Amino acid sequence: MAQQQKALLIDISLCVGCNACQDGCKVANKLPAGEEKRLSPTAFTALEEHNGKWARRLCQHCEEPTCVSVCPVGAFKKTAAGPVLYDAEKCIGCRYCMQACPFRVPRYEWQSTRPRVQKCIFCAERLAQGLQTACAEACPTGATKFGDREELLLEAAKRIKDGGGKYVTKIFGQEDVGGTSVFYLSPVPFDQMGFDNRLGNTPMPVLTMTAMSKIPNVVTVGGVMLGGVWWITNRRDEVAKHESGKPASTSKHEDHK
Amino acid sequence: MSSFTFPRITVWRTIATTLIVAGVIAAVLRFTLGLGATTNLTDEFPWGLWIGFDFLGIGLAAAGFTIVAAVHLFHAHDYEPIVRPALLTAFIGYSLVVLVLVIDLGRPDHFWHPLVMWNPHSVMFEITWCVILYTTVLSIEFAPIVLEKFNMHKPIKWIHTFSLPFMIVGVLLSTLHQSSFGSLYLCVPNRLHPLWYTPMLPILFFISCIASGISMVILETIILSRNGRTLLPPALRANLAKITAVALAVYLVVRFQDMLGRGAWHEMTRLTYHSTAFYFEIVVGFVVPLFLLMFKRVRNSRRALFTACVMVLAGFAANRMNTAITGMESWPTRTYFPSLIEILIMLGIAAVGFSAFSLIAGYLPIFEEEPEAPQITDEPWIHTMSPEEGARIIEAAE
Repeated sequence: MAQQQKALLIDISLCVGCNACQDGCKVANKLPAGEEKRLSPTAFTALEEHNGKWARRLCQHCEEPTCVSVCPVGAFKKTAAGPVLYDAEKCIGCRYCMQACPFRVPRYEWQSTRPRVQKCIFCAERLAQGLQTACAEACPTGATKFGDREELLLEAAKRIKDGGGKYVTKIFGQEDVGGTSVFYLSPVPFDQMGFDNRLGNTPMPVLTMTAMSKIPNVVTVGGVMLGGVWWITNRRDEVAKHESGKPASTSKHEDHK
Repeated sequence: MSSFTFPRITVWRTIATTLIVAGVIAAVLRFTLGLGATTNLTDEFPWGLWIGFDFLGIGLAAAGFTIVAAVHLFHAHDYEPIVRPALLTAFIGYSLVVLVLVIDLGRPDHFWHPLVMWNPHSVMFEITWCVILYTTVLSIEFAPIVLEKFNMHKPIKWIHTFSLPFMIVGVLLSTLHQSSFGSLYLCVPNRLHPLWYTPMLPILFFISCIASGISMVILETIILSRNGRTLLPPALRANLAKITAVALAVYLVVRFQDMLGRGAWHEMTRLTYHSTAFYFEIVVGFVVPLFLLMFKRVRNSRRALFTACVMVLAGFAANRMNTAITGMESWPTRTYFPSLIEILIMLGIAAVGFSAFSLIAGYLPIFEEEPEAPQITDEPWIHTMSPEEGARIIEAAE
């Protein structure tokens, strides 16, 4: 791929909970100002406090996004630069993306009669201009760092190695659900920071595809089988009919003699 | 049509009318005020009662494809009298599910998008197409009944000549989307409780829809056989009950084997919010009716068979609601209970279904025999044989 994939590295140990990332995000995305403690249609990112530490929530921009795979009309798209984008013009509002997202990220404009799904768009427009995301730019402590995906992974590994036990030895997002574009380093086990430890490394769409890939077989084998059963039972009916009619035909035959 | 007679007012009609009126009012509110103001759906719980109701409606309508397959593909002609009631059930079921889906959509004005905007990776996309195509097949299968009413026999003949591929396609489409409703949950292993989440979901959904679809037909034959009319001989009804029992048994084997294999049976050993729901579903809806249906006396008794089939449907409903709602809850932090408007819309639509069935069944030839004329011509010797010939055959035989 010619274009380097961009990513974010979020270091939980560096976050002081100042909420500058959310403020920056709201300005960049023209969302109503005001601090929000949870993700919402008007907060694409939010700081969740867990025992004096903050886990920043936002769309993880998965490598193999579940939302992209489940949307019946293809309203979600994974772009080459990394961002997962949403098209409200296509969306029918089935909310399968919200139901399926392994990180429970998409939010819905429930109060609207023409609701849209809302989530972080990785500042796709800023990226196209060569800028970094608004949250990374706003972060005063370096807890959120923007960069190329591969370089950030190397840096994260280096921080764990040099930290001397400061971090748990896991880069969240490196392989989880097949890899994401937002990486986390944490000084405490991830489940204590509200991360779901049941996700595994298999991309969720793969689970669906193993079943979906059987459809062509079901159709062809099933079609042939049903046709065959019809033919056999139909033939049996015909034979039965013919046999019960035999006396008639033989007697006719004898008549002709 | 000389004079208009006011329909007789009965208890059922009063209840149905009340429910439908309430449902319509609730639906108007839902469209004018939006989902947020009228439902208890949230970002944490984006799918609720209506999705569960869709699962239910489609599952009960499964009678359509099982009976068509049995009679027209497997040539079990004895069951011919229930083909039309089953088709009508399926047709109404599917139409109502489509209606609920449109009400449930955040952007009902975009409901046609899956027709032109494709994402073949999506289970939802596959279901949408299967439901659209199968509803079309159902209309083709149902058309002769309407045409018969208006004495249009030419198009009926025409439909009969190419009906076989349509029936096969109908069975295939049903197999696909009945199981795909289970596939919807394959991508949420971290969200759906292990008592319900399994890679076997599509297969389990398919097996259970056969049990529920046939139970629905049995119930219909029992209910509609009143007033001295017998829709299906009791012996054949008992045979249908046997098929239900087999489906239940296969279901239980597959489900428990899978639970043992995945270690999910650990969840059964503890008494929790989820295991209570699970035990209700399994015991009331699967184990007890299976036990009952194993007895010939139950299969032959109208009342006992009725009870067993109601239990199968209750268990089926519990299974779908548990998959859609209970299994997605995490007690007590994340729970969901439908709002009054959600419930009213669901009840209203159910009332529309029952009313539509009784109206259409009263108007169209649903319970009459099909005209046998085209089939008789298949057996020319019956016609060509003169009475004398017949007498000679009998003599010869003696």
